[in-house]
Amino acid sequence: MKYLDEYRDPQLAKSLIERLRHRSFSRGEIRLMEICGTHTVAIFKSGMRQLLPPEIKLISGPGCPVCVTANEDIDRAIWLAQQPGVITTTFGDLVRVPGSSSSLHIERSRGADVRIVYATLDALQIARDNPDRKIVFIGIGFETTAPTIAAAIQQASKLGVNNFSVFSAHKLLPPAMRALLDAREVNLDGFICPGHVSTIIGAGAYQEVVDNYKTPCVITGFEPLDILQGISLLIDQVESGRAEVVNSYRRAVSWEGNSVARKLIDQIFEPADSTWRGIGIIPKSGLVFRPGWKKFDAAERFSMPEIAVKEHPGCKCGEVLRGVMTPPECPLFRKVCSPQDPKGPCMVSSEGTCGAYYRYHDQ
Amino acid sequence: MDPGLIQLDQGSGGRAMHELIDTLFVSAFNNPLLAERNDSAVFEILGGRLAMTTDSYVVDPIFFPGGNIGSLAVHGTVNDLAMRGAKPLYITAGFILEEGLAFGDLEKIVGSMAEAAREAGVQVIAGDTKVVPRGKADKVFINTSGIGIVPAGIDIGGQSARPGDLVLINGTIGDHGMAVLCKREGLAFENEILSDAAALNGLVDLMLEAFAGIHVLRDPTRGGVATTLNEIAEQSGVGIRLFEEALPVREDVLGACEVLGFDPLYVANEGKVLAVVPAQGADAVLLAMKSHPLGRASCLIGEIVSDDPGRVFLRTRIGGHRLVDMLRGEQLPRIC
Repeated sequence: MKYLDEYRDPQLAKSLIERLRHRSFSRGEIRLMEICGTHTVAIFKSGMRQLLPPEIKLISGPGCPVCVTANEDIDRAIWLAQQPGVITTTFGDLVRVPGSSSSLHIERSRGADVRIVYATLDALQIARDNPDRKIVFIGIGFETTAPTIAAAIQQASKLGVNNFSVFSAHKLLPPAMRALLDAREVNLDGFICPGHVSTIIGAGAYQEVVDNYKTPCVITGFEPLDILQGISLLIDQVESGRAEVVNSYRRAVSWEGNSVARKLIDQIFEPADSTWRGIGIIPKSGLVFRPGWKKFDAAERFSMPEIAVKEHPGCKCGEVLRGVMTPPECPLFRKVCSPQDPKGPCMVSSEGTCGAYYRYHDQ
Repeated sequence: MDPGLIQLDQGSGGRAMHELIDTLFVSAFNNPLLAERNDSAVFEILGGRLAMTTDSYVVDPIFFPGGNIGSLAVHGTVNDLAMRGAKPLYITAGFILEEGLAFGDLEKIVGSMAEAAREAGVQVIAGDTKVVPRGKADKVFINTSGIGIVPAGIDIGGQSARPGDLVLINGTIGDHGMAVLCKREGLAFENEILSDAAALNGLVDLMLEAFAGIHVLRDPTRGGVATTLNEIAEQSGVGIRLFEEALPVREDVLGACEVLGFDPLYVANEGKVLAVVPAQGADAVLLAMKSHPLGRASCLIGEIVSDDPGRVFLRTRIGGHRLVDMLRGEQLPRIC
């Protein structure tokens, strides 16, 4: 932890803020998107927003895996949990996300066996401990969680654990960045790139965003000083008209990323078109099972019926995820939508933008 | 939320549980003592004042680093009495045992209860035992009730915080919750995190001897320091300002929280007391706290203010401000 303390140095952070406040912004407002939900929460928890000069606008992006999971996938997870003999295992936040008419949380209080695990291998252990049950792991997350899920599937195959399957709703981040820029709905001057995802995909993964869209990308860590430094570096680029990939999280991220983890993903999964909440179908932005591994695919193993998806009429999670609306602008925010009774995933997840505004923001 | 079915977060110590208590229990049992919503109820009897409380213990796992469900059942109830400035005297213990529980485990649990009671200076004077079929309970559940005497001149309760008061705590936050969680989930860090579970009545005695005019004492158990301070802010109709750099958190607890995505402000404690003290008594109370083995790391973490009544704010390390809400839902690990 000593290592992290250096990045929490309040004096350094304060002087960086002072420098930002005193610099001139020749181009007026600068709009930076933090893609990762962990960044969103770190920014709120540090109280940084109100300290930055008014020219710097921080916009939260589609970087919370629970939030971007499409309603139809939530409904499918709920349907799986309702099947006889099934133990549904998942990471925590997903449990409370409302689908069309229920949630895993509600199904659990109605008798479904839904268990929160901290690691995919724990789900595999549950499968080994309960040979007469069918264990489904709901696999959501970005490039960071996918390798651990791929590893669990490999392990299941090696050990011959046949009562274990995964419902894959994984997402890949760079295609979503391209989709946001292509849509031109929100003008972005730069990306604060996700620290955790970048450890896997490497800083080099953003080069094509910089090349094709001339949008600066800076990879940062999660301490206040990291983020402030990232913002500073982005503003330097914007002000001087440059667009480059800058890795300011070198203590964790390399240019190439983690090739072992990527290989693991690649062995089990292949990219496929995927539906993102609020954005729609993004080409090659999801992960599906490769043909040789389909016996671990919950979508194949259970014959899922077509599920009629119903969106909550007032929920603006889609707009929030695209960065075109802030949570307080949503008519449901704090009125009928709260962390106890969330109408959409951005309010549920600990990394969701609405939840962050609700918990940490004054309004 | 489905209003027809009880959900886990209605027992988690946070907002959902408060709403359940207020809308169902407090309104059904409708009386002024319960409506105060304090750790224990204080009432007059034969010219003196008694404090009375009850609590059920369902911790999983039943044995954790630094304690077990038995010692916890004594510490928790003793502390609820101490938080009103009462001197705990007697407790009762009700056991719900699951068929098949190892007798050796029960013996160990009862042994630690006896030891904890001895150390806290209370006696277990009545009890009850039920055994339910396998699967109808999880190993062992314990309910303890306690009574104690409130000395004359002591008036401590969640409604008494006033602007200008200072907020003190007797040491690091989040130890108990992370000890239990790491044990339950089999998470191993460099050193085992120990629960802080302890009886606080000895410490509280010293604090009150130093300054009898303490306004609020509260043990930040489930829901953690953040939720408890929100309760005080609501009950007293005041605002609370916390100083981030002053919050004491052990390095290993912080590390475990980082890994799991928890905020130590919301993690349970079982041996901590939050004290809201008028400024003129704060130095004396802090000095008294530091002189007790359970208060060596005591410190000032915040202040009571008149603006933003009912809300808690944090002044961050870098000089910003942010809201500190009550626990909502269960605290869950991060997924990426």
